[in-house]
Amino acid sequence: MQIRAQDIVKSFPGARRAALEGVSLNVGSGELVALLGPSGGGKTTLLRIIAGLDLPDSGKVFFGDEDASEKSVQDRRVGFVFQNYALFKHLTVEDNVGFGLDVRNRAQRPPKAEIRRRAHELLDLVQLSGLEKRRPSQLSGGQRQRVALARALAVEPRVLLLDEPFGALDAKVRRELRSWLRELHTRTGHTTIFVTHDQDEALELADRVAVLNGGHIEQIGTPDEIYDHPATAFVHEFIGESSAISAQLREGEVFLGDHRLDLPKANRLATSNNGEGRLFVRPQDILIGEEGPGALQAEVLSVRRSGPTRRAEIALPYDRSSVEVDAPASVALQPGAFVPVRFLRGAFFLKADAAGAAVHARG
Amino acid sequence: MSEAATGWAGAPAESIWSGPEKKAARRSRSPVTGESDLLKAVLIGVTVVFLSLFLILPLAIVFTEAFSKGVAAYWGALISPDARSAIGLTLTVAAIAVPANIMFGLAAAWAIAKFHFPGKSFLITLIDLPFSVSPVVAGLMFVLLFGAHGLLGPWLKAHDLEIIFAVPGIVLATIFVTFPFVARELIALMEDQGTGDEETALSLGASGFSTFMRVTLPNIKWALLYGVLLCNARAMGEFGAVSVVSGHIRGKTNTMPLHVEILYNEYNTAAAFAVASLLALLALITLVLKTLLETRFNDALPGKARGH
Ligand SMILES: Nc1ncnc2c1ncn2[C@@H]1O[C@H](COP(=O)(O)OP(=O)(O)O)[C@@H](O)[C@H]1O
Ligand SMILES: [Mg+2]
Repeated sequence: MQIRAQDIVKSFPGARRAALEGVSLNVGSGELVALLGPSGGGKTTLLRIIAGLDLPDSGKVFFGDEDASEKSVQDRRVGFVFQNYALFKHLTVEDNVGFGLDVRNRAQRPPKAEIRRRAHELLDLVQLSGLEKRRPSQLSGGQRQRVALARALAVEPRVLLLDEPFGALDAKVRRELRSWLRELHTRTGHTTIFVTHDQDEALELADRVAVLNGGHIEQIGTPDEIYDHPATAFVHEFIGESSAISAQLREGEVFLGDHRLDLPKANRLATSNNGEGRLFVRPQDILIGEEGPGALQAEVLSVRRSGPTRRAEIALPYDRSSVEVDAPASVALQPGAFVPVRFLRGAFFLKADAAGAAVHARG
Repeated sequence: MSEAATGWAGAPAESIWSGPEKKAARRSRSPVTGESDLLKAVLIGVTVVFLSLFLILPLAIVFTEAFSKGVAAYWGALISPDARSAIGLTLTVAAIAVPANIMFGLAAAWAIAKFHFPGKSFLITLIDLPFSVSPVVAGLMFVLLFGAHGLLGPWLKAHDLEIIFAVPGIVLATIFVTFPFVARELIALMEDQGTGDEETALSLGASGFSTFMRVTLPNIKWALLYGVLLCNARAMGEFGAVSVVSGHIRGKTNTMPLHVEILYNEYNTAAAFAVASLLALLALITLVLKTLLETRFNDALPGKARGH
């Protein structure tokens, strides 16, 4: 089922600014889309509006071709999994899962045995067979999460909406559930929107990622597009590691003071976009210890081990802004020494409009 | 919904373990305060003496006095027509006031805990009003409103309706003084629980009514019972407000507490205490049930629950 949210505006009474200021989102049938963004960005609000738990001030929600805006949450048939699971404490695991079938009106309600069979089937799917008779209080966090998911799946939802599904779990369980969810999605093919503030989770799990910040969508794209071609300064700062350097754009070239950085010319924007701005560079896009066109002499501030590589912090000339660099083991780095550095790739964003002129220089 | 909900993150996954942990934590606290054993003994002693003097002794006296003229006299006092009518009236009043306050308490708690609207905190204050108003004043209020010379008095008279010095007045006054019990108990709990469970049920296709019956009610049933218990005890025991509106008509508008007073004023001490012993018994039963609820279903009562 294709899901479309169109120009959703929502403000809460008493709030200074709108929680959503005109958000549109298309989710293709069977797609797994992540809503990623900082806390307070409006992710939960958007999800709740799609589910019908909240009504937008304006804008529409479509399920397929059908306008669902006026439909109640019951009639939208969504599988909503809450941040805190919201399992019914007084019911067993199997009764929790069967709840959605059991509350149907008499004409549509399957017989008891059938409900139980469905519940067991789903518990099997989420790998919780054998725990049918337990109470939610007797389950671990990860198990509760899976019960909540099975319960949502039981009503054969047209779309699965997961609000920070792993938010309350520890890192190890999170990672396990992550690949498990991906697998489950491949198997069941539900159109799924899930909210997270964890970029690794979003990039690893989703077909497409929508970055939501301050009530608007900064960028929607595949994980590769988001990571390699951030559309705005915000996305560049939020996703992955990068250092921001104050720089100038003149005639399509990026300058640090009077030094031309000689970034590759690919994807450059119109030369008329001159002015102050920020250049974002990722640690792995800087070549250190090698002379070449556009090389700068930077001072090594510190070097530390970071996984398989070394991570150096250097200070650039002019304003001594500090930049993180991945350094190969072959390069000798002494704090206090000056080494040549070259930027292989970067993205420049004019200060005037953060979302505007971007120079994606490719190496 | 809000980021506050991530407070769950801290909650231990296996709450089956939380019981023993809690106990251990409580036990280990006493060494921290570091009182000497002597001080402890003195404090416990004072408490016990105080309780005996002001609670247990009077209660014991009630029962001794009640039986001072023998079991037959005791029984006689209880089955006298006036006593029977007082007991009947008290039961009737409670049977109306308690359900009324269950309805009201549920509605108020629901509105307050699950919706946002302006004037909410004012409404919460208002619900507590009966606790801060002297019952006598509450009674007078109804007299001023419904009495013969009251605001609605002439209209009521014209329509041949009796409220003051009649059963309806007693019921109204009782409802007024007891209405915070259920509501307060539920508001605290329901605010604690939030709307997650209800929203889940709705998203699973449950109607508003089945959401209430199958999700909300199970979540609040022990707190509701707790509130009903306290409400009932007060409804049956209320004196001040009822005394003002009742008119003390024997066999008609006398409740048990009023009947006790009348008997006592007539120096019919044994009979007075016989009826009083029933009220004392009610208090004891309430106390036992209340304690039972508190120990057995601690987690399902507001404020007393630790994690949630
Ligand atoms: N029920 C509410 N009442 C008032 N403000 C709210 C409510 N829910 C969310 N907000 C506000 O709307 C904004 C977006 O919140 P939310 O959608 O929960 O963000 P996210 O899920 O991305 O962390 C925040 O500023 C938040 O304070
Ligand atoms: Mg959220």
